[in-house]
Amino acid sequence: MITQTHYLVLSAALFMLGIVGVLTRRNIIIIFMSMELMLNAVNINLIAFSQQLGNVVGQVFAVFVICVAAAEAAVGLGIILAFYRNKETVNIDEMNLMRW
Amino acid sequence: MAEAVAFYIFAALILSFAVAVITAKSAVHSVLFLVADFLCVAGLYVMMQAQFLAVIQVMVYAGGIVVLYLFVVMLVNLKKPAEAYVHPRRLGRLGLVMSLAVFAELAAIATYGWLKPAGVGGALEAKNIEQVGRALYTDYLVPFEVASVLLLVAMVGAIVLAKREL
Amino acid sequence: MIEAVIFPLIKIVIVLAAVLATVMYIVLLERKVQAWVQVRLGPMRVGYHGVLQPLADVLKLFIKEDITPAKVDRAVFTAAPIIVLVPALIAFAVIPFGSDQMTMFGLNIKGRIADVNVGLLYVVSVASLGIYGIILGGWASNSKYPLIASLRSSAQLVSYEIAVTLTLVTVIMLSGSLSMVDIVASQKSQGIWFAFLQPVAFFIYFVGGLAETNRAPFDLPEAEQELVAGFHTEYSGMRFAFFFLAEYANMIVVSAVATTLFFGGWLQPFPNVAWLWWLGLVPGWMWFCLKTFLFLYVFLWVRATYPRYRYDQLMRLGWKWLIPLAILNVVVTGFLKVWLK
Repeated sequence: MITQTHYLVLSAALFMLGIVGVLTRRNIIIIFMSMELMLNAVNINLIAFSQQLGNVVGQVFAVFVICVAAAEAAVGLGIILAFYRNKETVNIDEMNLMRW
Repeated sequence: MAEAVAFYIFAALILSFAVAVITAKSAVHSVLFLVADFLCVAGLYVMMQAQFLAVIQVMVYAGGIVVLYLFVVMLVNLKKPAEAYVHPRRLGRLGLVMSLAVFAELAAIATYGWLKPAGVGGALEAKNIEQVGRALYTDYLVPFEVASVLLLVAMVGAIVLAKREL
Repeated sequence: MIEAVIFPLIKIVIVLAAVLATVMYIVLLERKVQAWVQVRLGPMRVGYHGVLQPLADVLKLFIKEDITPAKVDRAVFTAAPIIVLVPALIAFAVIPFGSDQMTMFGLNIKGRIADVNVGLLYVVSVASLGIYGIILGGWASNSKYPLIASLRSSAQLVSYEIAVTLTLVTVIMLSGSLSMVDIVASQKSQGIWFAFLQPVAFFIYFVGGLAETNRAPFDLPEAEQELVAGFHTEYSGMRFAFFFLAEYANMIVVSAVATTLFFGGWLQPFPNVAWLWWLGLVPGWMWFCLKTFLFLYVFLWVRATYPRYRYDQLMRLGWKWLIPLAILNVVVTGFLKVWLK
């Protein structure tokens, strides 16, 4: 029997994998992708609650989360490209100057 | 029974693809594992009776956002990878202790959920997309319009940021 | 239990076999149609008037040497043709071939593999997954021409996907449901095919479909005179066969979806005209195949007729003409639907 707790534990594990990715990797694009993993974990959580409570609000919220993730990915990748054009690197250890 | 088998298969695939995303050496492989992860999450959404969200996940997330990531990864394709060194101030043992603490916490949540299962709250209707559409256009109309303005702002911002000459 | 598993499996096998056989013979038909337009004869040697030519082609591709360039990313290089082919084939799972109460061999068979209540969005989402194979095929080849061609091709696909999806919105407005079976049923109950209610949407869908499948006149990314062979330059043998298969399977998907959405799917034309009663003797799936073949023929006809668009002209057409036209179509349809209620 798959209860709500199964989905919550899965979403917690996925969220933690996202956090590990953000904290340990140096390539900033991989960091962004780990953030997408975290957003997906939140979505799984929302939809699990929506299924258990019988209310469709959870799914509506998940749609907005996807929408915000799209906007954030677009702008974030634009920033990375602009930075790469100036400094030729995507290693966040080298992104340590406020001006260059 | 079939639901349990499907859930465990999907969960195993999701978690293993997520581990592959954060540990792959080549960035392109990372992106591909992310796509596979999102497809498995979409399958999980179908199991949770959220068919509209499953299709939106494939169409927008796996078919739009990750394509954007793939383009950027290909554009910044460097010869040497960005890492391959151990941080000098790495605290390995503290990390191990904290991860054990987190694991214990997860086990506690799972046990609590097994001992006291949450009651059945309600049932979703069969016509999922009608319900979502109705909620979006009546109760949540203002966030819907704000989200469209947000996407417009993001589009304009991304174009301005990524242009070569202003 | 048996019906839930065995019948769909048999239907899947039949549909896949039909699609693959159709792909093989569309290749022959394309060469023949182009030849006749150019006042020559096309393949004539193998079999009677070249009918066995596809078998010769398949045999040739099977036994060709599989050349893999040295410095490719091997896993991605192998996976790219598969990623292009699979979405093209699984889109057939929701397309209705016949009515929901067909009787064959005494059994009650539904005329589709699955009825998903978001069927139309499923087809669109699966089509958007096919872009990965093109991007990865070009990138994994580790060579300049395929990379440029794959980036151009994927940008073209993404641009025309927007216009196509907007035209599908008007079809949904007319039918009230996203399920493909319901769309055909609403065309039956309204008594008119949606192509006659939405000619602009049909035109935009067809032009977008030409661009989505990289077919002429939008085939700059893979034309031989332009970028060698586009994103599948470095592929040979069976892998090239997969790309080839995927392109024609995509064509069939676009034609099948156009038939279902705009031309009534498996419905017979003129159901209310009394003296055309004999049209009802033809089974539904045969009407579906006939209409799909008609669109496939138009694909081939357009290829033989129009010159190629340059890449910037192509992008300008998609972004500056088709998308505003599609949005205008949505607005006008919504307005008329409320006004004429």
